[in-house]
Amino acid sequence: MSSSWQAVIGLEIHVQLKTETKMFCRCRNGFGGGPNTQTCPVCLALPGALPVPNRRAIEETIKLGLALDCSIADRAVFHRKNYFYPDNPKAYQISQYDEPLCANGSLTVPMPDGPVTIGIHRAHLEEDAAKNVHVAASGRIHGATATLVDFNRCGTPLVEIVTEPDIHDAETAKRFLQLLRQTVVELGLSDAELEKGSMRFDVNVSVRPAGSDELRTRTELKNMNSFNFAAKGIEREIARQIRVYEQGGTVDQETLHFDPAHEESPPLRSKEEAQDYRYFPEPDLVPVHPAGDLVERLRGEIGELPGARIARIADTLSFYDADVLVTGGLDRLWSDVVAAGADPKEAANVLANAFVATGVAPEDVDAAELAKLVEARAEIPRAAFDEALGKVGEPGFSAAPYLEQRVVADASELDPVIDRIIEANPAQAEQYRGGKDGLIGFFVGQVMKETGGAADPRVVNERVREKLKS
Amino acid sequence: MTLDTLRLTAEEAKRLLDAKEISGAELFAAYSGREDDLNAYLLRCDDPGGDGIPIAVKDVIGTKGIRTTAGSKILESYVPVYDATVIANAKRHGLRILGKTNTDEFAMGSSTENSAFGPSRNPWDPSRVPGGSGGGSAAAVSGGLAPWALGSDTGGSIKQPAALCGHVGLRPTYGTVSRYGVVAFASSLDQVGPVAKNVRDCAFLYSIISGRDENDSTTVDVPPVELPAADDLKGIRIGVPKQMNHVEGVQPGVTEQVDKAIALAESLGAEIGECSLPLSVDYGMPCYYLVAPAEASSNLARYDGVRYGLRVDGADFREMAMRTRDAGFGDEPKRRIMIGTYALSSGYYDAYYATAQKVRTVIRREHDAVFEKFDLIVSPTSPTVAFEFGEKAADPLAMYLCDVFTIPSCLAGLPGLNVPVGLSEGLPVGIQLIGPQFAENTLFRVGHALEQAIGFDFVPERLR
Repeated sequence: MSSSWQAVIGLEIHVQLKTETKMFCRCRNGFGGGPNTQTCPVCLALPGALPVPNRRAIEETIKLGLALDCSIADRAVFHRKNYFYPDNPKAYQISQYDEPLCANGSLTVPMPDGPVTIGIHRAHLEEDAAKNVHVAASGRIHGATATLVDFNRCGTPLVEIVTEPDIHDAETAKRFLQLLRQTVVELGLSDAELEKGSMRFDVNVSVRPAGSDELRTRTELKNMNSFNFAAKGIEREIARQIRVYEQGGTVDQETLHFDPAHEESPPLRSKEEAQDYRYFPEPDLVPVHPAGDLVERLRGEIGELPGARIARIADTLSFYDADVLVTGGLDRLWSDVVAAGADPKEAANVLANAFVATGVAPEDVDAAELAKLVEARAEIPRAAFDEALGKVGEPGFSAAPYLEQRVVADASELDPVIDRIIEANPAQAEQYRGGKDGLIGFFVGQVMKETGGAADPRVVNERVREKLKS
Repeated sequence: MTLDTLRLTAEEAKRLLDAKEISGAELFAAYSGREDDLNAYLLRCDDPGGDGIPIAVKDVIGTKGIRTTAGSKILESYVPVYDATVIANAKRHGLRILGKTNTDEFAMGSSTENSAFGPSRNPWDPSRVPGGSGGGSAAAVSGGLAPWALGSDTGGSIKQPAALCGHVGLRPTYGTVSRYGVVAFASSLDQVGPVAKNVRDCAFLYSIISGRDENDSTTVDVPPVELPAADDLKGIRIGVPKQMNHVEGVQPGVTEQVDKAIALAESLGAEIGECSLPLSVDYGMPCYYLVAPAEASSNLARYDGVRYGLRVDGADFREMAMRTRDAGFGDEPKRRIMIGTYALSSGYYDAYYATAQKVRTVIRREHDAVFEKFDLIVSPTSPTVAFEFGEKAADPLAMYLCDVFTIPSCLAGLPGLNVPVGLSEGLPVGIQLIGPQFAENTLFRVGHALEQAIGFDFVPERLR
């Protein structure tokens, strides 16, 4: 980015709550069934149907609001947002307008250069739309020829989180989204799976001369289904806007449909024909008055959040390690393993690499046994260590048998084996001496094989080089 | 035994059934066999069997498996897959649906002339309207086509037809009767209520349909209903709002009958005093014609041709929805959708809808103040007796003024009971008794005592 410009980025995130039932009816909430099998008069908007709010969804929204340090409204109101669209059967969405459940919060995002606090403008509860299936070759909105509607998704509780325009670069936006996702997942509110659409987000981007506090015309990037695409799209859009201004042009307020396959983001719709949603308080519902003791109970259910944990762990390890552990869901196990006596850095390395590769679930692991393995890692054969790690999640796992297997690092034990290998491979020995350094790996490998992986590879390497010199 | 369906009350019908003097089938057939020359019904049903009391149901109330049109072409083919809560309650009490009664389209009107299926006729004079929007239920009950009926009232659609057809109708306190399954017109005003030949039937039917409903978040627990028996009014304080009595626009014959009823109430022991509702009467009408159309514009938006009802095809969704709505809605819904859309539009919301909501609060408080001194208030239900077809149909404002007295209490969410008190020019005159929230039992008691004292004959003179 040209340093004379500053980007201004705001995010609008939608998260589907995984409540048992939908927001305003008793239909099962969730994926499954064939098209239009999870529907009823309410979510199909049959004449006379009325909404009844899902208590659980309200509580979960409050919980998320608390996790985002929001103030919780004493009185929250549902509004009707009116617009015609086939996926919107009532022709209004029940949403919240000027009296949302949660407002004025923040989320602190740990970054390599120190934490960045992003303001949360509001978090409110609404219902999701149905799914329009546009029948067209590309599967995208462009060029569709017919539309089918599946109402299973219609009425899924949806929390909308709107940030302040506090973000100034794509990396922060990406990390904010990742942290928010992890927060809602850990709170058990949502699966927040981008591929399934249970977490979706729009990005508003504008640029302004560095040092200015004006807010210029923004564009909206929609339909990004990965955090990396989002970062890429934001960078691309920032560059585009700077280019437009530097060429003396103006940026139009429009919505851009991000398509990673194309360099440019094609406009989806221009805001010139801005929708007038005619918001008004939903007369079929009464205002929500969250009780103080309910809010306190929900607050008590929130543990230490991932952002705080990254910050805490980064005091001991590097930011990078802390980030990997927390975002990988490994930090609780890490803490336990360290508490059981393992070296913090060594434990982080094992967890972030070898342990992740095993696919063992962190919650299945006996931390004390894993701590023993971590501590003995350098002294036991690699193969034994890997095997042990793969079984560390099994019930009743004991590290003891693996700890008995020691690495052979004694040259007097290894030398006869090395001599034998060199003798058996005179051609390779000749080539090595002739300058083919890469063959060292061949000899080390043969020795490791011969010793059943028990040899210390560093010592073997050293001894092979020594012997081939002569 | 020959049944006089014009005169038979639901209570008497129940007695005959309980005493096995008639069978359920005989009773149902007595109504279903009677020719509907009033166009009261849009659809008549076969006897579902059983020995419950038959009932007519306004066609805005959804009935499982029975076509429910709301008087509109856009729902001409619509058959609900579920029963409204009031229907479920009625069925639980064994009530049998005689048919679906005519209504102004989406309950918008005061004469049934806005029905897409032609108007109903007044049993007292078939050249006149039965009132509306619930003119079909009113004509059915007064015309001997049903012992009682369910209506719905947004701004007077139960009380005004009851007045014009000479029977009893209750608009209950907002929130006491579930709206679930009732085709919505204006959600914050719509209430289902009973239409009956006398006050005791009305109270009984109210006890059947009322109560908190888990499917309607705006419903509340309802005090137990007491069937009225007393014939005195000792200790009852009745307020007479000066803006609703002896005012311009009320026919002299109507005023005369209302005054006689008030004098009679006094002679039965009630204390009568003057009271005042200046803002409610002056601003009720304009307030109503912002709130109701605003909500209607949103409630009627779901009729887009996608899922049910009429569909007129178009090149895309937008064109299909526009064509469907143009062909499916009549003039009055279109007029109100336009008014309401405008009132909610960005830039106009504060001036119109938000202001109307504030006015509504003022109206509620003005009524609250009156009910500190009075148990109920009384006025003519309608400024006029039943009018002739076409008399007001061309002038929406004149039609809207039919509801000038019923609207303020609707905006305040208060219960109102129409009781017939006499005739003017051979046509019925009704008074409305308005009470504070949940004062239905008081209204029933006063209505019943007046009814006994007056001895009004609810059978239309030409049919006796």
